[in-house]
Amino acid sequence: MNDAPSPTRTAAFEARLKKRYSAERRFKAFGLGAIGLSIAVLVFLLVSMTVNGIGGFQRVTVEVPIDFTKVGLTMPAGVSDRPAIVRALGDQGLPQVVEFGAEQALGSAAARELNSDAWRQVAEAIADDPVLLRGRGEFTLPTTNDLAAAYVEDRPGELGDVARRLAAEGKLERSFDWGFLTRSDATDPQQVGIWSALKGSMLTMLVTLLLAFPIGVLAALYLEEYAPKNRWTDVIEVSINNLAAVPSIIFGLLGLGVFLTLFPYMRSAPLIGGMTLALMTMPVIVIAGRNAIKAVPPSIRDGAMALGASPVQVVFHHVLPLALPGILTGTIIGMARALGETAPLLMIGMRAFIATPPDGFTDPATVLPVQIFLWSDEIDRGFVERTSAAIIVLLVFLLVMNGLAIYLRNRFEKTW
Amino acid sequence: MSPAFLLLLALGLGLAGWLAARGRAWSFRRAAPGRRLAALPVYHAWYVALWIVVPALLFAAAWNVIAPQLVLQSVLADPAASALPDFGMQRETLLAEARAVATGAAPGVFNPAAGSLVAPFRDALMRFNLIGLAITLAIALAAGAFAFLRLKPDFTARTRVERAVMSVLLIASLVAILTTLGIFVSLVFETVRFFGMVSPLDFLFGTQWGPDPMSDAAHPDPSRYGALPLFWGTIYIGAVIAMIVAIPLGLMSAIYLTQYARPAWRKGLKPALEILAGVPTVVYGYFAALTVAPAIRDAAQAVGIANASSESALAAGLVMGVMIIPFVSSMADDSIAAVPQAMRDGSLAMGATTNETIRRVLVPAALPGIVAGVMLAVSRAIGETMIVVMAAGAAANLSANPLEAMTTVTFQIVAMLTGEGSFDHPATLSAFALGFVLFLVTLALNVVALRVVRRFREAYE
Repeated sequence: MNDAPSPTRTAAFEARLKKRYSAERRFKAFGLGAIGLSIAVLVFLLVSMTVNGIGGFQRVTVEVPIDFTKVGLTMPAGVSDRPAIVRALGDQGLPQVVEFGAEQALGSAAARELNSDAWRQVAEAIADDPVLLRGRGEFTLPTTNDLAAAYVEDRPGELGDVARRLAAEGKLERSFDWGFLTRSDATDPQQVGIWSALKGSMLTMLVTLLLAFPIGVLAALYLEEYAPKNRWTDVIEVSINNLAAVPSIIFGLLGLGVFLTLFPYMRSAPLIGGMTLALMTMPVIVIAGRNAIKAVPPSIRDGAMALGASPVQVVFHHVLPLALPGILTGTIIGMARALGETAPLLMIGMRAFIATPPDGFTDPATVLPVQIFLWSDEIDRGFVERTSAAIIVLLVFLLVMNGLAIYLRNRFEKTW
Repeated sequence: MSPAFLLLLALGLGLAGWLAARGRAWSFRRAAPGRRLAALPVYHAWYVALWIVVPALLFAAAWNVIAPQLVLQSVLADPAASALPDFGMQRETLLAEARAVATGAAPGVFNPAAGSLVAPFRDALMRFNLIGLAITLAIALAAGAFAFLRLKPDFTARTRVERAVMSVLLIASLVAILTTLGIFVSLVFETVRFFGMVSPLDFLFGTQWGPDPMSDAAHPDPSRYGALPLFWGTIYIGAVIAMIVAIPLGLMSAIYLTQYARPAWRKGLKPALEILAGVPTVVYGYFAALTVAPAIRDAAQAVGIANASSESALAAGLVMGVMIIPFVSSMADDSIAAVPQAMRDGSLAMGATTNETIRRVLVPAALPGIVAGVMLAVSRAIGETMIVVMAAGAAANLSANPLEAMTTVTFQIVAMLTGEGSFDHPATLSAFALGFVLFLVTLALNVVALRVVRRFREAYE
């Protein structure tokens, strides 16, 4: 065999080759590093939100036994709605009864740290079950923010001592707070909940869906199936492509300048928010819809035509049903984007303090992302955890929507 | 009359018309078996239903706009209204209050002066509601009867229904143009008003930004409306810091995913990267303000920069860069995929390593597409609002120090419009001027980028 090195494989060549290969390895490692770093940031973000947010789903409560037998509270006669009952019980001195019960059971230092709204919870329990007024009851009531912080952070000092004493007696504990999902915004982080924001989000999204989906699908059908090639069609296409890239805050300015001028009494109503977001979501649906319609093979259209279907029948009986999964996927992704959108809704005034959930499309409301933004501005430490918890709820919703989109895509997408 | 009720009424009548017309069409068929109708019964049904629903709803929509004015007119004509102040806030408040009580939205009057207006309001509302209901019913019935009487065995209902469908499709696609027009008109209108108070030159080239919404609206101080620091902050955060993060990471991710990663890895990593794009901006903003900004401040203090602020351009820019990564990555992915396979094969066949092929052949060939992608990414970054609102600060600084607080166009739009300023004040109107500049810049970036992409696609097809 010929052992002599080939004339091209000189020592310089070998050295160069080695350098080139190591450059290759460096490049590849750099690429892996880039993607690894991006995903690491994502993981860090999600983990830090989760770690912070777990505390937000909990609150510190204290066990208070209350004896109603001697205090002579009576159910208000002839009132059936809960807020009125609560008001009436408050007028009869229920707050003092609760305070007295807490003083008896926990001592006055601890009783001072009972949340000032704790009696409302007792009143609501009574409204649900009036029999309570005839006997003794144990109530699990929220504490003040200070006591909660002292307990959670195990602070030294007077409050910390109170917290440690109560905890040792088994009366103070930190537990999962279902109320966070059912209460509304409040000024006290112990009392806040996200229900009003969540309901506002749902109403807004419903308006967005009802407007953006039909308009988007019909526009996509027109552009893809019927539009003649002329200047008008070009103008429509250009404006749709541009609208998809216009910053969301500009849509907020549009909502402020046009919708709120037309309907000045509907500031911060889900209807206006939904209309604003619909204009933003519509181009996304049109673009996704056109891609889905384009993917339906021409043979389907030709077959239907050959059997005598009219152009409208071809599209509505054959093309649209086949394109629908793709359109729905695009719609869900567009809706997910709208659900997380904050800036345009700030513009049209959905940033008010909303303590009661909206009852309809024209009531003042806020939405989940705006609620997160408002809480993030609060100085109180208790709001940090609550904000993260609200973020977790928002991310769960987005995850479900995106998961649904992926499922639809995998389940129904056909390759022809 | 509540809009929902009118809607339901029109739909109910439409359903009745639909059923009646279908029955009529079937009766044609039964009357002359063997004879073909010109259209299927269901098209007759739709024809009548459309004639009932569409005119009635159009009228109801118009009535909803007109009726409040008519109600107001009739209340003002009432003797009780003569006691109202002639104009101004108080008049409006009293009217709004009486209206709320009359519609049942409020339990009772707070202001006794509004009390006397409640009864006229209630009467007028009732009267005009009834008039509106009657006219809606009359229109629906008349149009329905007209359509119903036209039904005949040889009536071409299908072509007529399809013509209606086509016009609905056309109207739907015109919504996009209307939206663009609406944005343009509302921005231009307010911007012109603003420039009537502050000269465009002062606005575009002034270096001091600090509008005071409480100042005298009639004599604004033009030296406080210099937007240059905002433009600089926007460019520095969105187009410099964010891009320093997003371009290398996004481009290298795309290269790794398309050229090196095994298909199984690619399948898992790509959606993971796309999650980054799906996280709401308010979450990024909170992350920037709560985690990144304090970390940067602590790091700066550790290396001896004493006055590092907790709100910095760097924090906002870094997080914004992370948000943009998937965007750059998918644009780069598309452009690299568009380079013909032959070019890659040729380079490899000549003995180039993968990395040399990528750097010397694929990236240069895909460069126009990548540049266009970066332009789109910049346009998205400068329009991003929540991250800068939560992390970049409010101080308008014209400085190159990334550790300083900086403000952006989007931040100031939010700040000017969420304050308590009145709509006639230049400080509030300046938000629309800023929005207009932002709109024009993003529009230009998008138009140019899309054109580059199209040119580039054509070059390889």
